[in-house]
Amino acid sequence: MNVGIVQFPGTNCEYDTRYAFEQLGCTTQILWHKNDTVAANTDLLVVAGGFSYGDYLRSGAIARFSPIMQAVIDFAHKGGKVLGICNGFQVLTESRLLPGALKRNEHLHFLSRHHHLQVVSTDNAFLNRFTCNDIVNIPIAHHDGNYYIDEAGLRSLYDNDQVLLRYCDAQGNIANPNGSVDAIAGICNAQKNVFGLMPHPERAMESILGSSDGKRMLEGFLNA
Amino acid sequence: MKAIVNVFLKAGVLDSQGKAVHHALGSLKFDSVEEVRVGKQIVLSLSETDEAKARAEVEQMCEALLANTVIEDYSIELRP
Repeated sequence: MNVGIVQFPGTNCEYDTRYAFEQLGCTTQILWHKNDTVAANTDLLVVAGGFSYGDYLRSGAIARFSPIMQAVIDFAHKGGKVLGICNGFQVLTESRLLPGALKRNEHLHFLSRHHHLQVVSTDNAFLNRFTCNDIVNIPIAHHDGNYYIDEAGLRSLYDNDQVLLRYCDAQGNIANPNGSVDAIAGICNAQKNVFGLMPHPERAMESILGSSDGKRMLEGFLNA
Repeated sequence: MKAIVNVFLKAGVLDSQGKAVHHALGSLKFDSVEEVRVGKQIVLSLSETDEAKARAEVEQMCEALLANTVIEDYSIELRP
């Protein structure tokens, strides 16, 4: 599988993401933001985490207008699979490839720790290796992870099985670290080819470092 | 011409920073404060001299970049 990893000034998870996908046997290519094309054989584009453009104005707002993002948007509109992790999720909502927006964490703190997540939807290219209500342990590291969507938008997310992950505790009870609507940690678009989440599966690839649950998540794309 | 753009979270979208500032003002015994909203101000210097054209252009800027209309409202004030 060929994975393109988008890199803006201020991105800092591109090499972890490359390591993660190479562990899974993928061929990876880091795509600098000034590129305006994506290789034709690309199977998955990942918008990696970090602080693109210093989070100036709003997280992800400036990155959205980089040349590479027009290529990412075209790729997604043609049905190509796109995954946004953390700042990548913010970039995808700012680009309107995913609905809603990410606000400052409710208690205004930067959060950096492992957090449990409940798997909500598995009928998609990302979480197909799980069953509903599975619990995974994945690191979070964000300041603007407070997912917002209006009531009508939330209903349509649930109606179309677009809610992927919700924050919970180790027993699976919903636990909301950042004020997100319905404790939502990750979603996909209605066509189920664009995925976004605040937690970092690429940082959960080795059990010696606390969790390898991220491996099982990213492996989903190999099946798809 | 100068355009002063004020961007605020929409009514109904929880403003955590506003709440924190409100709380701090309460700690300082400013008891008369009923609500605090924290936003941002963006000041643009424009070469355009026609007010209607300037306003239309700044509106486009707000819709495209300066505000995220999913969660934010904006207002535009023009000064000569």
